[in-house]
Amino acid sequence: MAKVKIAQYWGAGCGGCDVALLDIDEKILGLAEIADIAFWPIAVDAKLKDVEAMPDKSITLTLYNGAVRNSENEHVAKLLRQKSAIMVSFGSCACFGGIPGLANVTNKKDLQDYVYNKTFTSVNPQHTIPQPKWDGPEGELELPVMYDTVLTLEDVVDVDYFMPGCPPTTDQINEFLGIVTKHLTEGAPLPPKGAVLASQKTLCDECGRTKEVTTIDKINMPYEIAIDPKKCMLEQGVICLGPATRAGCGAKCLEANQPCRGCMGPTAAVLDQGGSMLSALASIFRTADNETQLTEDEILELMTQIKDPLGTFYAFTMPKSIIKRKVKEKKAVKQ
Amino acid sequence: MSTQQGTSPAAVTATTEGQFEPKIIAFCCNWCSYAGADLAGVSRLQMPTNFLVLRAMCSARVDPEFVLRAFAKGADGVLVLGCHPADCHYIGGNYRTRRRIALLKMLLEQYGLDPDRLHLEWVSASEGVKFQSTIKDFTEKIREMGPNPLKEAEEESARVKGESHH
Repeated sequence: MAKVKIAQYWGAGCGGCDVALLDIDEKILGLAEIADIAFWPIAVDAKLKDVEAMPDKSITLTLYNGAVRNSENEHVAKLLRQKSAIMVSFGSCACFGGIPGLANVTNKKDLQDYVYNKTFTSVNPQHTIPQPKWDGPEGELELPVMYDTVLTLEDVVDVDYFMPGCPPTTDQINEFLGIVTKHLTEGAPLPPKGAVLASQKTLCDECGRTKEVTTIDKINMPYEIAIDPKKCMLEQGVICLGPATRAGCGAKCLEANQPCRGCMGPTAAVLDQGGSMLSALASIFRTADNETQLTEDEILELMTQIKDPLGTFYAFTMPKSIIKRKVKEKKAVKQ
Repeated sequence: MSTQQGTSPAAVTATTEGQFEPKIIAFCCNWCSYAGADLAGVSRLQMPTNFLVLRAMCSARVDPEFVLRAFAKGADGVLVLGCHPADCHYIGGNYRTRRRIALLKMLLEQYGLDPDRLHLEWVSASEGVKFQSTIKDFTEKIREMGPNPLKEAEEESARVKGESHH
């Protein structure tokens, strides 16, 4: 069998997904046996012009990680799509925008202004901000154009498979590579296009903690209480995104006594992970004894215990959420 | 993971040139508020026609996702109407609703929307007049607020994205 070609690229990400691929231990040797690396900036030296010279669809498999934040991310995503037979949206940033996607609470102008002018350590008397083009004595220099809004990979190219996770676990990667290998060697079928390479259930299904179906009065930050490692996080008042999150990670965070933050994204049945979590969390609050006497303002007061709903419920999925980014009312919102 | 969001709701009202006519989605619970709306109707109570009623079995059936989708599809305001506290057909559905709506208002504010674009009101089956006044007041409030900024943001992001390609 001729060796297959794989590529991995990082857009707006942290590099953790690249490391996750190396993290498949000795199986990386098996991967090297069946595959050549066509393009993987973090690991091997290759230039974009090498990729441009490849025939279309000649890369068997591209694992694209990171969100689409600037024109370069989009350009490489489109180039790799053209050159690849299978395009995988690899990791939470590519699938849903991930942590970089939370930048959608602001915009390019405010973000650059903050970073270059307003942080405590910014010394920038001329208020210099990077420009996409600069005419210097050496000739014209170019930088990628940063976008106002963080996008997901699916927003710019056709995606075959989605592998969520921050980063995807070794098991997820091995399972998928096994499927691809079997497809190439024995002609076994690939998953249907658009499949999410994880479980179809919610994380609670994988979590081993016991649930007593109790209600809560108070939200606890993880550092405020001694968390019982056997009991449901939510029932201890710790915000855990398990009920709104797709399973497939093996509930690793919960095994380490940490609440789920939702990196696997929404479950198959919903579009908006934050909406599901909001619904679940609001429902476990206890009905007060004087409930009928409470006003809506008093209920709002109770719910303000949750300090940052957007950042908590959409920690990994803001660009893929229904509303996608922050907007601005024409008339000032009265506080 | 394709995002099947369905088709856009039909225009609730015809927009006359230059004048903003709000589009309002009113979720009504089957047991109280929908009957209240019905009573307002058969009593011939006059009210603006900018709203579209969607019946849910309970106000707690109104998933936050429904509200978010209404806004994303261009609704300028969303009303959630349910049974008064202690009157819920399912005993405690409205207690969940009021917590969700409070949290959802906080979320909408973080998204930059005026949280008052979402309004929760208790309307019983006998309160046709309250249904009428709720619709009247809310329509006026939304008219003052102006169009849902998400509509413009969408056009703007399409424009910016188009520019960056040249």
